[in-house]
Parts: sequence; structure tokens; C-alpha cells
Amino acid sequence: MNKSTSWFNITSLVFGFAFLYVPILILVVYSFNASKLVTVWGGFSTQWYVELVHDQAIIDAAWVTIRVGIISASFATVLGTMAALVLDRYRKFHGRALFSGMVYAPLVMPEVITGLSLLLLFVAIGFDRGFWAVVIAHTTLTMCFVAVVVQSRLVTLDRSLEEAALDLGCPPVKTFFLITLPLILPGVVAGWMLAFTLSLDDLVIASFNTGPGATTLPIKIYSMVRLGVTPEINAISTILISVIAVGVIAASVLSHRSQVEKEKAERAVFLAG
Amino acid sequence: MIEAVGPIKRKFAPWDDPTLKPFIRFENVTKRFGDFTAVDNLTLDIYEREFFALLGPSGCGKTTLMRMLAGFEQPTEGRILLDGKDLSGIPPYKRPVNMMFQSYALFPHMTVEGNIAFGLKQEGMDTSNINTRVAEMLELVKLEKFAKRKPHQLSGGQRQRVALARSLAKRPKVLLLDEPLGALDRKLREETQFELMDIQMELGMTFLIVTHDQEEAMTVSDRIAVMNHGIIAQIGTASEIYEQPASRYVADFVGDINLIDGTVTAVDDDNVTLHCAGVDATIVAEAGAGEVAVGAEAGFAIRPEKVQISLEAPPAGTPNVLSGEVWDIGYLGDISVYRVRLAGGSIVKATVANLTRIVERPITWEDKVYLTWPADAGVILLK
Repeated sequence: MNKSTSWFNITSLVFGFAFLYVPILILVVYSFNASKLVTVWGGFSTQWYVELVHDQAIIDAAWVTIRVGIISASFATVLGTMAALVLDRYRKFHGRALFSGMVYAPLVMPEVITGLSLLLLFVAIGFDRGFWAVVIAHTTLTMCFVAVVVQSRLVTLDRSLEEAALDLGCPPVKTFFLITLPLILPGVVAGWMLAFTLSLDDLVIASFNTGPGATTLPIKIYSMVRLGVTPEINAISTILISVIAVGVIAASVLSHRSQVEKEKAERAVFLAG
Repeated sequence: MIEAVGPIKRKFAPWDDPTLKPFIRFENVTKRFGDFTAVDNLTLDIYEREFFALLGPSGCGKTTLMRMLAGFEQPTEGRILLDGKDLSGIPPYKRPVNMMFQSYALFPHMTVEGNIAFGLKQEGMDTSNINTRVAEMLELVKLEKFAKRKPHQLSGGQRQRVALARSLAKRPKVLLLDEPLGALDRKLREETQFELMDIQMELGMTFLIVTHDQEEAMTVSDRIAVMNHGIIAQIGTASEIYEQPASRYVADFVGDINLIDGTVTAVDDDNVTLHCAGVDATIVAEAGAGEVAVGAEAGFAIRPEKVQISLEAPPAGTPNVLSGEVWDIGYLGDISVYRVRLAGGSIVKATVANLTRIVERPITWEDKVYLTWPADAGVILLK
């Protein structure tokens, strides 16, 4: 590797990050714009944030989004953890390859198709579109992400720990809660946060399955934008970006830190002899 | 510093008593993993309070045998009896057997105390009794000061002790030890071997140890089963296995051995005469296991420490003499190993204890030497 900084490297870096973050940066900056015109800078102000708090429709949409996020992330975490356990533990069962492929399929499935197929399902079984339909749809979308995160944690778990618990008289289900779950908890929590974040910013699937009284924040923003972009939308988007950034960073820090701690402990013991 | 230890080991040989019932019995046990037969129609009796070792190279089926007793694997055929009771269908968490794992398998999110108390809590023992038992166990393994630590704050030797304490805490009828000392360095391993023996005698439990280390098996156990490819090659006390190996495999696996091939030319009462064309010598020795017939191909096996090496030719007519030249000398401190090259080109090892501090040894490289041994020093092994 060439260690010295070349013009090429610096240009790549600048352009790469510019592409990624300039649009977001502009949005964040203009959310503090005093002017009502979105493209004209009129000085610093937080008035749009204040206005936001008084907009009942947005507050309602935010509340729906958070509830959908928490409930669907929790369902997805339970289902995804169970799927990960099966995939990790039962190495040989009929249709294992098919099952593991199908668990991960929604990762790459176009959201339009997932949303549409769920809509068709709900119509076919006569399930009302609305809050719970969105919850179920988001559970479907996010459980595969949880399965991936939890499975990567399970791979590093020493199976003999569970055998030791069984050997000491602990039945299998209790062993899961006393031994396995505490040890894979960082993965499970990271999976939950990822699921929550994905649910928070989903527009496509939610708009297929939503109904009266179940307008999520992305749907609300999208419908507001169709009437023209206001600084209020910039403000709410900034808040959403912050929440999602915090969630993603926390999830990655959590899974990274447990890894680092483990290595550190092992090194300490190695040095102690 | 030598501490006085528990009771002195008396003569203990329940396997010789035909009235005693075995405590653990593997009855025609076979275990297959797909096409691979890990344990092959194996029958084995282990007696109460015995310290029994399963010895063999990796892949010989010893660990599978132990895991079947613990309940982690089910026999494909045959059955396992513990104290007369058939164990088949009983899950691991209901067996009166505890295991010390090779990786120790300490619960990383619990303290040392928590680890030791884990099994007792599952039993539903009340808190005050648990505390008493945990304190007892910590004292037994000398880890009183480390009760509140987490496993990752302990050294390898301390972790090994916690694992031992945890597996002993429930006072199981049988303790299974899976390569328990494999991760320790040599000095610590030796100390721990003797401690294990003391603990076993103190608690009066039956111990079953799995190891690939023959020194470990010979040090700690009352009897050893040498395993190979899923079957038992020989069962016996350490000295039986070392001095009377039943086959070439056992002779070769346990300790160091010289093997000289030949043809049987005469058999009388207890002695067999072997003509060894390769080294141009005639050897007379005691017959080992199995019938020996005149004309059969057989091998003469003798341990290096039983071969005497000398610069002077023995008087004419002395039986069992080989001659050659010193090819290599290995100085190990307590002993020296002489590798002697015989006329035919084969090498025979002889070890000599270094009883004096003289640095110059009388025998040196390329000396012509004579190797002799008493008539009962070696055994005849069939192919």
C-alpha cells in the first residue's frame, strides 16, 4: 500500500464523502434557517423545531412510528433469534439450505414486492390495514436482519458452555435463559436496535399496509413534501437522522465493544500466565 | 516443602474380586457417526471408587465413550449401566454424573462462586447449604481468595481448579474428566495430577479420565484402558500395561520400546526362542499374551531402561547378546539415551541412569558395545 497521500486519494475521499453527506448536511443546515423560503438563508433560528412541537399531526405520526418500531422490533428480535438458533444448532435437517436461504431472502427482496405481497395477504385473509398490519409487515422485513446479527454472535459461542449447564442438572429451556441468552445478549440488543431503525425509516412497506389513523412519520413527511418542502420538514428530518444515527452507532459500538472486551480479557490472562 | 496428605494408598483391586458388581458397565456399546464407527462393540466394567483412565490417540473413541456416559451422545447399539441402572433415555441433566470439560466451559458471566453454586441451585438446595458447600469446594481447590472473580480474571491453572470444584460440588457418583490438564504447563500438570489423586481418595468418588498423555494416565489411575480405533486394546494397571503389553500397538503407544522381529524356533514351558535373522541373533524370552507356535513370525519387545550396555564382551555362551556401535547419545540430565546401531542396521535404544556427577561418560560415539538383559526383561509379541 502507498502510504503517502496522493492527490488522487484525497480527491476520492472528498468526492466520496461529499456524495454521501452533502445532501444530508444541507438539509440539517437549512432546518435552522430563519427564512420561510427553503433555498434562501435568512439567519439562524430554531423556530421550525418549536413549530414542530405544536403540530399535532406530526406528533401523532411520530408516536405511531415509535410504537410500530418498538413492537415490530421486539417481535422481530424474538423470531429472528429463534431462527438464528435453529440455523446454528441444527446443522442437519431436511431443507436446512432452503430455510437459511429463505430467512435471508427479504434482505435483498425489493421492498415494493414485500409490501405488495403483504398487502395481498392482508386483503385475502380479511385483515384490516392499519397499525397492526404495519407492525406485522415491519416484523417480516426486519427479522432477517436480527437473524444475521444474532447468528454471527452464536457462531463464537462455545457449545460446551451449554453442555456444562445441562451436565450440572439444568434443563434445556432454563439453560437457554441462564447461559445462552446472557452470552448472546449484545447481539440480540444490536439486532433489536437495527430492527427498530429499519422500521423507523421505512416508507414503502408502511404505505402499502397503512390505514386510517396509522400514518407513520415517513408517510407523513412524504405527503407533506408533495405540497412543497417546508423548513419544518427539514427540522423533522434532522431529528429522524439523529435518532437513526444514534441507534446504528449504539448497535455497532455494542457488538464491537463486547468483542474488544473479550480479546482484552484473553490477553490479560495470557500475560498473567 | 512436603505437606502430609490424606490416607496412604492401600492395595485396591476390586476388579480381581469376582463377587463385586461393576459400578459402571458399558455393554456391547457401538457408536456410529454416519459411516464412521467411533466406538465398536465395546464392553467395559469400572468399579466403585476406581480412578479409571481411557488412554489413546485422538480419534480412538475415548471422548465419545465418555460423552455417552454423560448423556451428550446416545449409543447406536448396546447400553450403559450405572449402579445397575440402564441409562438409556435419561437426559444429561438427570444423570448422577458430572463432567469437567477440556475447555473448562466456565460460565463467563458468573463469578467463581456463581459457577460452583450453579449445579447446586439446579438441585434446589437452600441458600445456606449452598454457601457452605461452595466454601468447602473453594477450600478444597485452594481458591478462597478468588470467590468474587470472573473467569477471565483468572490464570489457566486457577480456571482449571474452578472447573474441578464446579464439577465436584454436586458430589456426583462419577466424575468425568476430559483431558483435564491438557492446557497446563508441565510442572503444574504434575502437581495437579497428585492433587487429583488426593481429592479422589478424600471424596471416595469414582473418577473416569480421558487422556492422550500416557504419563498422566499412569500417574493418576488405578487401571487404564488403552483404546485404538473404537476398541480396547488392553485393560490393566499401569505396570501391567507397561511391563506386559498385549500387543505391539500398546507396547508402542505406552512408553518407549525396542522391537526386534524374528521367527519362533522353539517353545518350552514358559520360554520362547526367537531367531532374529535381521540382527543375526537368537533371543530367549517369556511368552506374552497369545499362543506362540514354532515357525510363527513374532517380535521381541524390550524397554530401553532394561537393556544393559557394556564395552566388555560378556562371557561366551551368555544368552541374549546383541552387539553394535554407539550411533547417538542423548543426555537428558537424569538419564542418557544410547542409540546403538546393530549389524543389520537397525537401532536399539538403551537408557542408563546418570548416578554420578562425572561429566565424562565411559561410553562414547562409535564405541563397539554389547547389549544384554535378563531373561525376563522383555516379552514376545505376535504380529
